[in-house]
Amino acid sequence: MAALSSPLRVCRGILKELRAIQGPGYKRSLAYGYVMDQFRKNKASLPPSNVTGERYCRAQQEAHHDSHTYLCLLESTRNHMLLHNLYHGKGERSPEEVAGLVGLRLPTQPGGKGWEK
Amino acid sequence: MFRSLLRLQTQFGNTLLFSKVCQRSQHCGSAQKYSTAAAERKRFYQDVSISQGEGGLYEINLDRRKLKTPGGKLFTVPNEALAIAVATEWDAQRDTLKFYTMHLTTLCNTALDNPTERTKDQMISAALKFLETDTVCYRVEDPHGLVELQNNEWDPVLHWIENRYNVTIGSSCSIMGPEIPEATKDTFRQHLKSYNFWSLTGLEYVITQLKSVVLSMGMIDRHLSVEQAVLLSRLEEEYQIRRWGNVEWAHDYDMYELRARTAAGALFVHLSSESSTVKRKLLQD
Repeated sequence: MAALSSPLRVCRGILKELRAIQGPGYKRSLAYGYVMDQFRKNKASLPPSNVTGERYCRAQQEAHHDSHTYLCLLESTRNHMLLHNLYHGKGERSPEEVAGLVGLRLPTQPGGKGWEK
Repeated sequence: MFRSLLRLQTQFGNTLLFSKVCQRSQHCGSAQKYSTAAAERKRFYQDVSISQGEGGLYEINLDRRKLKTPGGKLFTVPNEALAIAVATEWDAQRDTLKFYTMHLTTLCNTALDNPTERTKDQMISAALKFLETDTVCYRVEDPHGLVELQNNEWDPVLHWIENRYNVTIGSSCSIMGPEIPEATKDTFRQHLKSYNFWSLTGLEYVITQLKSVVLSMGMIDRHLSVEQAVLLSRLEEEYQIRRWGNVEWAHDYDMYELRARTAAGALFVHLSSESSTVKRKLLQD
């Protein structure tokens, strides 16, 4: 059931998200350095040149799953924020606007309300 | 003492709302962070960096101030990866600080402060309580499409966890739910005891979000990905969406929020419980 997309895709996805967060200078960020480091260390390659020299490396599978998780985290927070701003970000209307919706106006008290100075 | 400072530059300008008011002391700026509930906190820092303090614990620095938890303690993280992830979260904030998007920070604060003062055993009992009302075990009898979907998607996960942990968890169609034998609960209790306090905080969070112990364990054991676990948790909703249509501002919104929280919890557990060492093998000529 753990059919995840290839490490290259995940890496590209994470870098895209980092670029969306930090703008053009994302290559100088901490996260970029760490992520590239991890991907290089756990590179899936052919047995002769494999870093750990094993065909099935558990740490590699774990790192792959973790990278997928981090990509999911970055992507979902960004989408969540997007949807929030799109649909729920307008805030409340002021009392004047609310009254105006039904064609009324708020009363004005020349002396100010009791609790106002 | 050797302190390694890593700087993280940001491109965007900020509104230094507190620049006139605060002196560069460690207590003043950070202590005010979470106190104002009504007013929105503006981003008052430019750079986020991490540094290593005493005991090998990592701290987050906002400009030159150290980050503190809402309880007033110094914000320390056991490993570097988590520190970097938290720093990225803080760096992702633009004009205002939106705490509801900073899931990893919230989890760290809960683990550090432990405001409800829970012990490991209490957390394990609370987590296991979800087993009795586990999403994956509750089946319906109609509509037929949903029954099939549940059997096709949830049964494999149940079989997997039953094999992996050598337990029996049935599924049931009644309102009372399945009967979970004590042996099953004991097995899980033993397994959960092996996690440290931080990992357990994260794990309980994930279980609460997904409303299922089975799916959470499947994801933590890396049998399922986050998207798969969230999909399985929302199976009935997905069925209804396919039947009646998708409402973006409700369904997608909830799905992304659930994904974000679950991914944060999973990452938190994995980073808090792993430790990596590099052993150099001798090259053979």
